[in-house]
Amino acid sequence: MTRRFGAAVALDALSLEVGAGEFVALLGGSGSGKSTLLRLVAGFDRPDAGRILLEGKDITALPPQARDVAMMFQSYALFPHMDVAANIAYGLRRAGMGGRDIAARVAELVGLLRLEGLERRRPSQLSGGQQQRVALARALARRPALVLLDEPLAALDAGLRERTGLELRALQRRTGASFVMVTHDQAEALALADRVALLDTGRIAQFDTPRALYERPATRAVARFLGAANILEADGPVPLDAATPAPAYALRPERIALRPTVPTRNGTEAMVEEVAFRGADTLVLARAPGGLSLRVVLVAGQATPEPGQRVALAWEASALAPLSA
Amino acid sequence: MTRAAGWLALGVLVAAPLLIVLGMGFGTATSGVPPVIPPWSASGWQGSLEAWGLVLSDPYYRDALWQSLRLAFITATLCLVLGFGMAMGIAAAPPARQFTWLALVLLPFWTGFLLRVSAWVGLLRDSGWVNTMLMKLGLIEAPLRLLHTEGAMILGMVHAYLPFAVLPLYASLARRDLTLEEAAADLGAGRWRVLFTITLPLAAPALAAAFLLVFIPAVGEVVIPELLGGPEALLVGRAIWQEFFQTLDWPAAAALATALLALLLLPVAAFQRLAAR
Repeated sequence: MTRRFGAAVALDALSLEVGAGEFVALLGGSGSGKSTLLRLVAGFDRPDAGRILLEGKDITALPPQARDVAMMFQSYALFPHMDVAANIAYGLRRAGMGGRDIAARVAELVGLLRLEGLERRRPSQLSGGQQQRVALARALARRPALVLLDEPLAALDAGLRERTGLELRALQRRTGASFVMVTHDQAEALALADRVALLDTGRIAQFDTPRALYERPATRAVARFLGAANILEADGPVPLDAATPAPAYALRPERIALRPTVPTRNGTEAMVEEVAFRGADTLVLARAPGGLSLRVVLVAGQATPEPGQRVALAWEASALAPLSA
Repeated sequence: MTRAAGWLALGVLVAAPLLIVLGMGFGTATSGVPPVIPPWSASGWQGSLEAWGLVLSDPYYRDALWQSLRLAFITATLCLVLGFGMAMGIAAAPPARQFTWLALVLLPFWTGFLLRVSAWVGLLRDSGWVNTMLMKLGLIEAPLRLLHTEGAMILGMVHAYLPFAVLPLYASLARRDLTLEEAAADLGAGRWRVLFTITLPLAAPALAAAFLLVFIPAVGEVVIPELLGGPEALLVGRAIWQEFFQTLDWPAAAALATALLALLLLPVAAFQRLAAR
C-alpha cells in the first residue's frame, strides 16, 4: 500500500501479512507511518495505491462500519454520555442483536475484563486502567476477525503497563482474534507480540519474531532503534573477525566483557567515560581509540570500573550480528 | 472595585428599569404626562391590580402571548435545523476556510437591521423582484401575495436570527472529539446513526443554548411581524407597543411586559438545570 499526504509519503509501497490469531506489533518512531497504516486498515483513510485483504476478501473500498475490524483508540474514545454497559453494547446494537443476547454478551465481557459492578458508571467515573478495559471490551464485543490497538498502554501509569500488557496478550490468545498493535515502545513490542514489524519512513525495515529482531537486526536503522546496540563498521578502527562478511555489525552491549588484556581481534582498549548503576546491571559508556563510543552492560556482581579508568573490552565472534545496510 | 462597578452597572442598567416596569404595572392610567399614576406616593399605596386583571383575563392578550410563543418556537426550530447543518459544514471545512465562512455568516450584521428587513419587503411585495421575475418567466399571470403573510414573517425571522444559532453550534461542533465518531463508525454505525447517537447527544447543551438565543428575543420581536407579517399576526411585542404608544395604557403595557419576562424565565431555568447536570 502507498499513502501520500501532499508531497510527503507516509506509506511507501508497504506490504504486510498478518496470520490468523497472530499478535503483531507495528513498532516505529513518530512519522514512521505506523498510525497511518492502522487508520487505513480500520477504514478511516483510503490508500493511494494498493489493497487491503481481510480473510481473503478485498475490503479496500468498504467504509469502517462494514469491516469486520475493531479498533481500540489511544484516547479510548469511550462515549461520555453512555455508561459502561451501553458503551460495550454499542456495536452489538448496530449489529441488530436482540436485547437478551446483548445483555448476555455484555455480561460475558464484563466478566472477562473484570468490570463487575462498574456497568452503570460513566467513563468519567472510571480510572485509567478501567477505561482501558472498557475500550477493549467494546472492541472485542462483536468478535471481530482483527483487532487494532493504537498505543493501548501509552495512557497508563508505568506500574500498570506491564501487567496490563500481559493481560492483553492472554486475552488475545483466549479470543483467538488477530491483534495488530501500534507502539513506539520497543520493550512493549518485543514482550507482547508474536512478530514485530519495524517501520521506518513508511517502509517495513524488518518483520520478524522479537528474538530474531533483537539478535539479528537487518540494518543499522533497526539495530539503532532496538535498544541502543553498538554499531561497528567492518572497516572501522577496531579489527573484527566475524563469521559472515558484512559492511557493518551490531554488537549488543551485554555481549561485551571486561578482560585483563586486549585480544588482537574482536576487542579494544577503551577509556571509561560514564558509569551508571541500574539495579540489575551497570551501564558503562567507554570511548575506544578513533572516537568510537561503546555501550557496555555488566550484570550485577561483576567488578565495575571507575570513570577515567583504562579497560580492555572483548567479545565473541558470534556476538557480531551482520547488518546489510 | 471592579466588582462594585459591576454591581452598580447591573443595578442602574438592569435592575432599576425592571423595577420601574414592574411598578408601572400596578399604576393607574391617566391622561396626563406621563400617562400613569405611580402605585406609591408620599401618602402611601395608591396602586391598583386593574392592569394585571385585564392582561390575565382578556383573551386578546392571551392569544397574543400564545401566537408569539408559537412564532418564536417555529423560528427557533428552523434556525436550529438550518444552523446545525451550517455549523457542521463550517466545522468540517479546512481551518483557513472556516474563518471565511464565519465571516460570511456575520456579514448581514454589517447592514442595519431595519434595512435588512426592508429588503425583504422590496423582494416580496406585489411589484417586487420575486413577483416580477415569476411573471416575466411566464410562470404566473398575476402577482402572488407574498408580503404580509405568515410565510414572509417566518422567512424574515429565520433570516434575522440564524447567526445566533450558528455561532454557539459552531463553537461546540468545532471543538468536538472526532475520534468518538470514528469509534462509532468502527463499531458499525452508519452516518445517520453516528449523528443521532453520538454527535447530537453530545451537542445537546449547545443545541439548547442556540435554541434559547433565538427563541427568547424572537418572542418579543416587533419590527419583523410589523413589516412582513399580516394584520392578523397579533403578537405580544406588537400588543405591548400598541398599549404603550397608541392607547397610552402604560400599566397594561408594563404588566404584559412583566408577564412575558416571567414566562421566558422558565426555559432559561430549565436550560440552567440541564447545563448543571
